[in-house]
Amino acid sequence: MSDERPTLTRDEVAHLAQLARLAVTDDELDLFAGQLDVILGAVARIGDVAAADIPPTSHAVPLQNVFRADEVRPSLPREDVLAGAPAVEDSRFRVPQILGEEE
Amino acid sequence: MTVRDDVQLDLSYDSVVRRFAPVIGLETHVELGTVSKMFCGCSTEFGAEPNTHTCPVCLGLPGALPVVNAKAIEYTIRIGLALNCSIAEWCRFARKNYFYPDMPKNFQISQYDEPLCVDGHLDVVVEGQTYRVGIERVHMEEDTGKNTHVGGATGRIHGAEYSLVDFNRAGIPLIEIVTKPVEGTGPLAPEVAKAYVTELRDILRSLGVSDVKMEQGSLRCDVNTSLSPIGVSEWGTRTETKNVNSLRSVERAVRSEIIRQAAILDRGGKIKQETRHFQETTGETRSGRSKEEATDYRYFPEPDLVPVAPARDWVAEIRASLPELPAARRTRLKSELGLSTEDLQQMVNAGVVEAVGETVQAGASATEARNWWMGYLAEQANSREVEPTSLPITPAQVARVILLVADGKLSTALARQAVDGVLQTGKDVDAIVAERGLAVVSDTSELTRAADEAIAANPDVADKVRGGKVAAVGALVGAVMKATRGQADAPAVRQILLQQLGVSE
Amino acid sequence: MTQLHELDAASTAAAIASGEVSAIEVTQAHLDRITAVDGDVRAFLHVDTEGALAAANAVDEQRSAGAALGPLAGVPLAMKDVVVTKGLPTTSGSKILEGWVPPYDATVTRRVLDAGIVMLGKTNMDEFAMGSSTENSAYHPTHNPWDLSRVPGGSSGGSAAAVAAFEAPLSIGTDTGGSIRQPAAVTGIVGHKPTYGAVSRYGLIAFSSSLDQAGPFGRTVLDAALLHEVIAGPDPLDSTSIPQPGPDVVAAARQGARGDLAGVRVGVVRELTGAGGGYQQGVLDCFRAAVDTLAGLGAEIVEVSCPNFDYALAAYYLIAPSECSSNLARFDGVRYGLRVGDDGSHSLEEVMSLTREQGFGAEVKRRIMIGTYALSSGYYDAYYGQAQKVRTLIARDFAAAFTAVDVLVSPTSPFVAFGIGERVADPMAMYVNDLCTLPASLAGTPAISVPCGLSDETGPALPVGLQIMAPAMADDRCYRVGAAFEAAYTAANGFILKQISQLGAVR
Ligand SMILES: [Zn+2]
Repeated sequence: MSDERPTLTRDEVAHLAQLARLAVTDDELDLFAGQLDVILGAVARIGDVAAADIPPTSHAVPLQNVFRADEVRPSLPREDVLAGAPAVEDSRFRVPQILGEEE
Repeated sequence: MTVRDDVQLDLSYDSVVRRFAPVIGLETHVELGTVSKMFCGCSTEFGAEPNTHTCPVCLGLPGALPVVNAKAIEYTIRIGLALNCSIAEWCRFARKNYFYPDMPKNFQISQYDEPLCVDGHLDVVVEGQTYRVGIERVHMEEDTGKNTHVGGATGRIHGAEYSLVDFNRAGIPLIEIVTKPVEGTGPLAPEVAKAYVTELRDILRSLGVSDVKMEQGSLRCDVNTSLSPIGVSEWGTRTETKNVNSLRSVERAVRSEIIRQAAILDRGGKIKQETRHFQETTGETRSGRSKEEATDYRYFPEPDLVPVAPARDWVAEIRASLPELPAARRTRLKSELGLSTEDLQQMVNAGVVEAVGETVQAGASATEARNWWMGYLAEQANSREVEPTSLPITPAQVARVILLVADGKLSTALARQAVDGVLQTGKDVDAIVAERGLAVVSDTSELTRAADEAIAANPDVADKVRGGKVAAVGALVGAVMKATRGQADAPAVRQILLQQLGVSE
Repeated sequence: MTQLHELDAASTAAAIASGEVSAIEVTQAHLDRITAVDGDVRAFLHVDTEGALAAANAVDEQRSAGAALGPLAGVPLAMKDVVVTKGLPTTSGSKILEGWVPPYDATVTRRVLDAGIVMLGKTNMDEFAMGSSTENSAYHPTHNPWDLSRVPGGSSGGSAAAVAAFEAPLSIGTDTGGSIRQPAAVTGIVGHKPTYGAVSRYGLIAFSSSLDQAGPFGRTVLDAALLHEVIAGPDPLDSTSIPQPGPDVVAAARQGARGDLAGVRVGVVRELTGAGGGYQQGVLDCFRAAVDTLAGLGAEIVEVSCPNFDYALAAYYLIAPSECSSNLARFDGVRYGLRVGDDGSHSLEEVMSLTREQGFGAEVKRRIMIGTYALSSGYYDAYYGQAQKVRTLIARDFAAAFTAVDVLVSPTSPFVAFGIGERVADPMAMYVNDLCTLPASLAGTPAISVPCGLSDETGPALPVGLQIMAPAMADDRCYRVGAAFEAAYTAANGFILKQISQLGAVR
C-alpha cells in the first residue's frame, strides 16, 4: 500500500510555509511541492509497520525525574544578553509592530 | 435563520437569566513562588531591571537546554492535592509550538495530554448554597516575557509603532488550573465564578506556593462562557474571555458576556467561537482580532526533558504536609471566634477570612480583627481599587495596631494614622508610631489644662453645656483633640470637660 | 623526522608532557598546516589563531610550573561549528547566525578547554547539521582531502576533513543520523557516536534533540578514545544526560590494540549488507575483507537479522525534521542573528518570515516544512507517533541481536565519497548515505567507524569505513573491536592516510 496519501499540493506547501514562518517564493513553492511530495512518499512506508501495541520510544536510555534544586544561579550580564540583538531600546529587544494577538 | 433587529427584548440581567442557562469554565494561570525559574536558575523576583534575570536557557539561546525545578513539581502536586486531584504516576512535558516575540524559543514548554494532576474538585459557597466546581487538570508550563508597546495612543498592541521585549518573566513557573464546565448555577454564574477564584486564591496562599497577586499578574484568569436557552440540554457555543485580572473583573466579565451573548441569541444570531478581551474600564468584553490561520500548536513530547514520575511516598509526604485549608479554617474560625454564618459569609465575600484568622493568630481579638479588615482597611483597599489583602500591610502589623489600642497606647484615630503610615512607607507599626510621635496623651493635668483653655475660648458652648445641652460638649472635645493633635483619648477628654464644667450625664 | 602536525594526539600529548616540544610549537605547526592546505580543503569557518596560541601558552606555563597535565593537554583540536563557544563566532553553518558570538560555552567546549586541549577554530558543516556532504553549508563546501573534487561527507565534514588533512589531530563532530560516522568513513579516519546521553548536549545547537550526540574524531582509535573520555560524563545541565559515568574507553582501545578478539561474538547485520542492492561493490568488498580480518583475530562471526532496520530511513526522516521544525523556530531575528525587512514597512510577523526565508538554506527549509507537516494535528499519530513506535522496534531488534553477539558490524556508508554537486538536486539520493548509520541513531546505541580499506570503483582510491555497533553504555566494545581491527589492518596495509596523494601530505 505504501503511499495512499494524497499528493501534497502547492497550496498545502504554502500553508506549511506560513505555519513555519517562511516567506517562500513562488519558484520555491513549485520546487518544494515536488520534493516534499517525494520525501513524504518515501517516509509514508512507516505506516506499513504493524506497531499498534508498541510503546513509543522518545529516549534511548530511559530516565525519569531529572530535577534541579530551586536555587538562584547567576544570570548573564545584561550587555551579553543584548549584545547579539538586531535592535535594542531601553535595555529591551526592539521588534517591529506586532499584528497577531497575544496568546 | 434570520437575524431580527425589530424585536425589542429585555436585556436586563434578570430577564436574560430567566431565559438562558449559563455554563462557565475557568482557566487560571498562577505563577509559582519558587525563587528560581522553571527550567533555569534565574531569579523570579518581580520588578528587576529589564533583561537582568535572563540566561541562555530562558532567552532560548541556541544550544541551551531546560532542567526542571523540583520545587515547581512539588508545588504543583501540593496544589493538585489541595484541589482533590489524582497525581499522575507518570507524565511528560510537551512543546506547544507557535510564534510570538515574547516567547524566546517560539514554543512553550507545557503539558498537553499528560498533565501532572487530574480530576479534582473545589467546593464554593454562594448565598448559602454549595457549588462543586470540577477540576479537569492542573498542569505545568512556563511564563512568557513581557512586551511593551511603544507609539500609538494607548500603549496597547493596536496602533503601536513597535514593541520592546523584556524576558525577565520568561520561564517563571506557571501552572494552569482548568475547571470542568460548571452548570446549574443559573443567575449566580458570575458570583460562583468569583467565589471559585477567591477560594482558589485563598487555597494557593495558604499552601504557600504563590504570592497570588492579581495586580502583579501572578494570578490570571480566562473565563469561558456559553448560554443555552432554558430547557435545552446542549450547550451553546462558548467564548473565551482573557485578561480578567481581578476578582471583581471575574464577576463582571461573566455578567457582561452573558448579556452580550443573550442579545445576539435573542435576535436569532449565532455566537462566534472566539477569544475576547475584558476591558477593565468599560466592564465589557471586546473581540480579539481574528487569526488568519486556525491555530495548530503541533504538540509533541518535549525531547529535551525526561518524564516526571512522582514516587507515591513522596506524594504521601506532600499530602501529610498540607496546611489547614481555608474551608477547614473557616469552620474552625467560625466556632472559635463565635461568628454567625452571616458574619462569616460577609468576611468571605470581602475576601478577608484568611487575613482575619491570621490577625487573630497574631494576638488580636476576633472582633477587632474583623472590624479592621471589614472597616477601615476595606475602605482603604476600595479607594485604591485593590483587594484588602493586597494592601501593603500584614495581618501581624494589623494585630500590633489592635494591641496598641487595647493597651491604651493609641486612640482609634491614632491607630488609623499608624495604619496609614504602614501603607505609605511599608515600615513597621512601632517605627511609624515612634517616628510620628503617635501616642495617646494620658497625662491628666495636660488634658485638664487643654480642657480649661477650650472652655475659655468657647464660652457660648460652655454655657450651653452647663445649661443642660450635654451633646454640645462634642465641639469642645473637638477643640481639645485639635489642640492635642489627635493624640488624646476622646472619651477621656469628654469626661474631663464635663467634670470641669460641673456637669454629669 | 615526522613533522609535528603528522603526530597522532597520544604521541603529541606525550611529547608535550615530556618537554620534548612545547604546546606553542605544536599549535603553531598546525596553524601553519592550516595556512598551507585549508585554502584547498576549506575545513574551517573560523580559525582562532590568537586564542589557540594563548591556550597553548597556558599549557606550557602550567607545565613549567610543575602542574600535572591532562592526557591531552596542549593537543590541538578543531570544533564543529554547531558547538557553542563563548567569545568565538558560532553559526552552525547558517547565514541566520552569521556574526553571532555566544555569551556562554557548551559543556563539550568547557570540558575540552578544561582538559588543556587547544581549540584551533570552528569547522564547516551542513547547515544546522542537516546533510551528508557539507555542501549544505551556507558558507562554502568542504573538500575531501583524498580527492578535492569530492565531498568529505557530512554533516561534520569540516571536522573530518581537518583531521584527515592533518590540520588537527582531533576534532569534535555531532551525529544525528550518521554525521560523525559517515564523514569519518569517507575521509579515512576514526569517528565515534557515543551512546545517546553519554556526552552532554548542553550548548550543541539542536537539530533533533532525541538523536543528537557529540563525539570524537581522530586518526587512530586510541586518539578518539582519549577525546571521548574528556567530553563524556554526566552533566546536570542536560536532563537527558546519563547520570552514571560511562565505561573506560581508553583502556578498551589499549586492550583492543593488542589484537586479540578471541571469544568476541561479532554479528553481521543482514539488512545492512546490500542484499537488496544499493551498495557499491567496492564498499562491500572492503567490508567482507574486514569481517575476515575480525575472524582472523579470533572473533566468532554470526549473521543476524534486524528486520525493522528497513524502516529506519522513514522513521528518521520523520523524527529529525519534526524535532528540527520546533528547535529552529527560535531563529526569528528577535534576540540574535540575522534580521531581514525591518525597514518600518513590515510587521514583526513579516520580518520573522523574511528573516527565516533568507537566513535558512533549501535543505533546512525542506526539513522544517516536512516536520511541520508531520506534527500537524491529524498527521501526528500516522507520522511522528508511528516513527517513535518504529524506534522501539528497532531498539528491540538491537536488543535481540545483542543477546547473541557482543557487537554488530556493517559498512558505515553504502558509498565512498561522491563528487561535489553530484547529489544536491535530489534530496532522497542524499538521504540514503545514512542508511547504515540510522539504526544506531534511532536506538541511541553507540557506534564507531574505523577505516577498513580503499575502493577505486568510482575513480581514485577512496576510503571505506567499517561500522561497529554496541549496546547502550557499552561504548568500550566499539573501541576494543575497532582498535583490534585497526592494528591488524595497519599491520597488513600500512597507515591508511599515508595513501592520500593530494596536499603533499604524509611521508
Ligand atoms: Zn534563565
